[in-house]
Amino acid sequence: MAEAQALRKAVECGVPDNDKYMHPTLLKNRGNWKYHDRPRPGVLHHVAHSGDQVWSVRAGTQRQMDTYTIRKLCDIAEQFAEGHVRFTIRSNIEYIVADQSKVDPLIAKLEGEGFPVGGTGNSVTMVAHTQGWLHCDIPGTDASGVVKSMMDQLYDEFKTEQMPNRVHLSTSCCEINCGGQADLAVIVQHTKPPKINHDLVANVCERPAVVARCPVAAIRPALVNGKPSLEVDEKKCICCGACYPPCPPMQINDPEHSKLAIWVGGKNSNARGKPTFMKLVASGLPNNAPRWPEVNEVVGRILRTYKADARPWERMADWIDRIGWPRFFEKTGLPFTKYLIDDWRGSRANLNASNHVRF
Amino acid sequence: MAKPMHPTPNLDQLETGPWPSFVTGLKRLAKDKDYMVDVLGHLEHSYQTRKGYWKGGTVGVRGYGGGVIPRFTEIKDENGQAVFKDAAEFHTLRIMPPPGMHYDTATLRQLCDIWDKYGSGLIALHGQSGDIMMQGCTTENVQKAWDEINQMGFDLGGAGPAVRTSMSCVGAARCEQSCYDEAKAHKAVINSFLDDIHRPALPYKFKFKFSGCGNDCMNAIQRSDMAVIGTWRDNIRTDDELGQKWFAKHGMNELINDVVSRCPTKALQIKDAGSVRGVATGDDHISAVALDGKQCLEIDNKDCVRCMHCINVMTGALAPGKDKGASILVGGKSHLKIGGLMGTLVVPFMKLDTEEDREKLVEMAQSIIDFFAENALEHERTGEMIERIGLVNFLEGIGLDVDPHMINTPRTNPYVRMDGWDDEVAKIEAKKQAAA
Repeated sequence: MAEAQALRKAVECGVPDNDKYMHPTLLKNRGNWKYHDRPRPGVLHHVAHSGDQVWSVRAGTQRQMDTYTIRKLCDIAEQFAEGHVRFTIRSNIEYIVADQSKVDPLIAKLEGEGFPVGGTGNSVTMVAHTQGWLHCDIPGTDASGVVKSMMDQLYDEFKTEQMPNRVHLSTSCCEINCGGQADLAVIVQHTKPPKINHDLVANVCERPAVVARCPVAAIRPALVNGKPSLEVDEKKCICCGACYPPCPPMQINDPEHSKLAIWVGGKNSNARGKPTFMKLVASGLPNNAPRWPEVNEVVGRILRTYKADARPWERMADWIDRIGWPRFFEKTGLPFTKYLIDDWRGSRANLNASNHVRF
Repeated sequence: MAKPMHPTPNLDQLETGPWPSFVTGLKRLAKDKDYMVDVLGHLEHSYQTRKGYWKGGTVGVRGYGGGVIPRFTEIKDENGQAVFKDAAEFHTLRIMPPPGMHYDTATLRQLCDIWDKYGSGLIALHGQSGDIMMQGCTTENVQKAWDEINQMGFDLGGAGPAVRTSMSCVGAARCEQSCYDEAKAHKAVINSFLDDIHRPALPYKFKFKFSGCGNDCMNAIQRSDMAVIGTWRDNIRTDDELGQKWFAKHGMNELINDVVSRCPTKALQIKDAGSVRGVATGDDHISAVALDGKQCLEIDNKDCVRCMHCINVMTGALAPGKDKGASILVGGKSHLKIGGLMGTLVVPFMKLDTEEDREKLVEMAQSIIDFFAENALEHERTGEMIERIGLVNFLEGIGLDVDPHMINTPRTNPYVRMDGWDDEVAKIEAKKQAAA
């Protein structure tokens, strides 16, 4: 039997059908919903053309979950909801119930167990984030820790809907930016070229592939101490870290010189203006584990300014579009340095080719 | 009972504050597992030295070339032995979730049981590509855990230069803004590329994402090589009762400031009820919703780009039309290597109502992946390839006709050889006549 098990062939079954997992009222009304509203922060109320209704109660989680936490979430689903849950792209859990009377006890239970109810509408919802020191092979920081620190600070904004529009956050542990575009993102920004262990390069790295990986052609093959290795033209190097994943002996992470940067104004939605990329607005923040106070100070400052100044329905990008970049830097008190003027390909499109000036 | 904990003064500070703490969860696991005691020690070492200490390698399951993310510790003593020996191996299994990430509790409990038995007990719901991340497993246990997870009806996701795990929004299951059955499209496409998921052989990663409307809750336009984003061709639907309810609550200032003036194409106007255009005036592309007895909000659907804003604000009073489907955008990606790219619209609209429609979507995906496999350089994403060869070459390669929906503006420079102009005009005329 043990041997038969060991020889089991994979069943290449692919993505499972979701019919059997979803709440029966969702299945029954699939593709036939009429409208929704939000009776309170953290609760979505959907009404189907059939007249059926469901309430979805959304709560924040820590994403990196131990099995005890997942079982606790299951206990709550079985005792206070109807046994069906789903997760959002931002690691929030949603409990779906067809009986309105279950909503308040469910909220009380979730809050009692430490899961904040919120993350809907004009809230600051949970941060989309990456793996970091816990599991990644190239991380500059620990996204889970940065996120925990940020969400502690933004806890009340998660539980209320007091922002001008929804606020999506992300964090990324390197410049690859697996966390993705967001209204505000915290991303590692390296500031020094890689430190190369020339003893290891020849054995560990496929050198032509590493040369090809560099966005600015700063890497070339070289013989160092009689060994085939790679060298970096440090005048050309933009410290992006792209060479590090294919060649770990080119260490880019540095406890002091790997900094954190803040980006704002990314928007994937097509609502109002077309989708936008986020823009780099602050850098040089220390990688100050375990609570990253300097990062939190800037994040808090930008979000408070946005909250006070933006009009209803303006996302971060819409707000800055209206007030202009000079006033963004003035209102947030962030320094506008020469590094924020784009010189990458296509950069002319990011310069002001007009005499549009706000005074 | 597990062995004693390593001191974790840094991580301990992440147990304070109101947000759920992943550290508290890891410590709970460490009460019973030496494995997690050492994972915490390993992580604390990173916090103290501000560096990561996992390296990749080669670990997999029988028959597949990807889907497992191998991690081996690099924290070694002077003899080359792992300092945190119970966490010397910390591999992840990427498991593809059901579309929309719906679960019943029995399924989640079963995953927990398997992971307590074979793994660390740490599960991320979900990773940035949408996988259930079963984090922390020894090389020896990877196959055993996989066997049980696979027998539950779940499959491994993608890693490396492969088609990756996909995501689709809650969509038709619960959202009135859904323009196609995202889950069915997701499943039809992904399950047609299982070989490309499980046996990485492409130039680089290839991602699909499925969003039911322009709100793009899956971030498809920017995070996928091929984005399927819902839209509709006919008029915005209206509901006078809900329109009047909205107006009674919000009033004229909000209607003007938050709805009318935020329409990106100025397709909205406020009209006296008697002067609304419509079929009677020969305008069959007009939607109108009542605000009160006197005035209406009029929408010229010819000008509307289906951005979703007014529908988001006046949910129910306004809704997507009935002739629904999706747009296809190609080439979204993040920074490496040439900078971030949004997807480019290559199909303005296709129906996705039937199995046959979805088969056409799969065929298009297949032709794009075939072209990518043939033409992209190593480690080049689809968007970078298109940037290098030009959109027209890409379109010709996959057999799509050019269309002005694909551009923001026509060319702003004369630097192109155009002696084929007359031939191109003739081809377009011939196609027009053939279609007539």
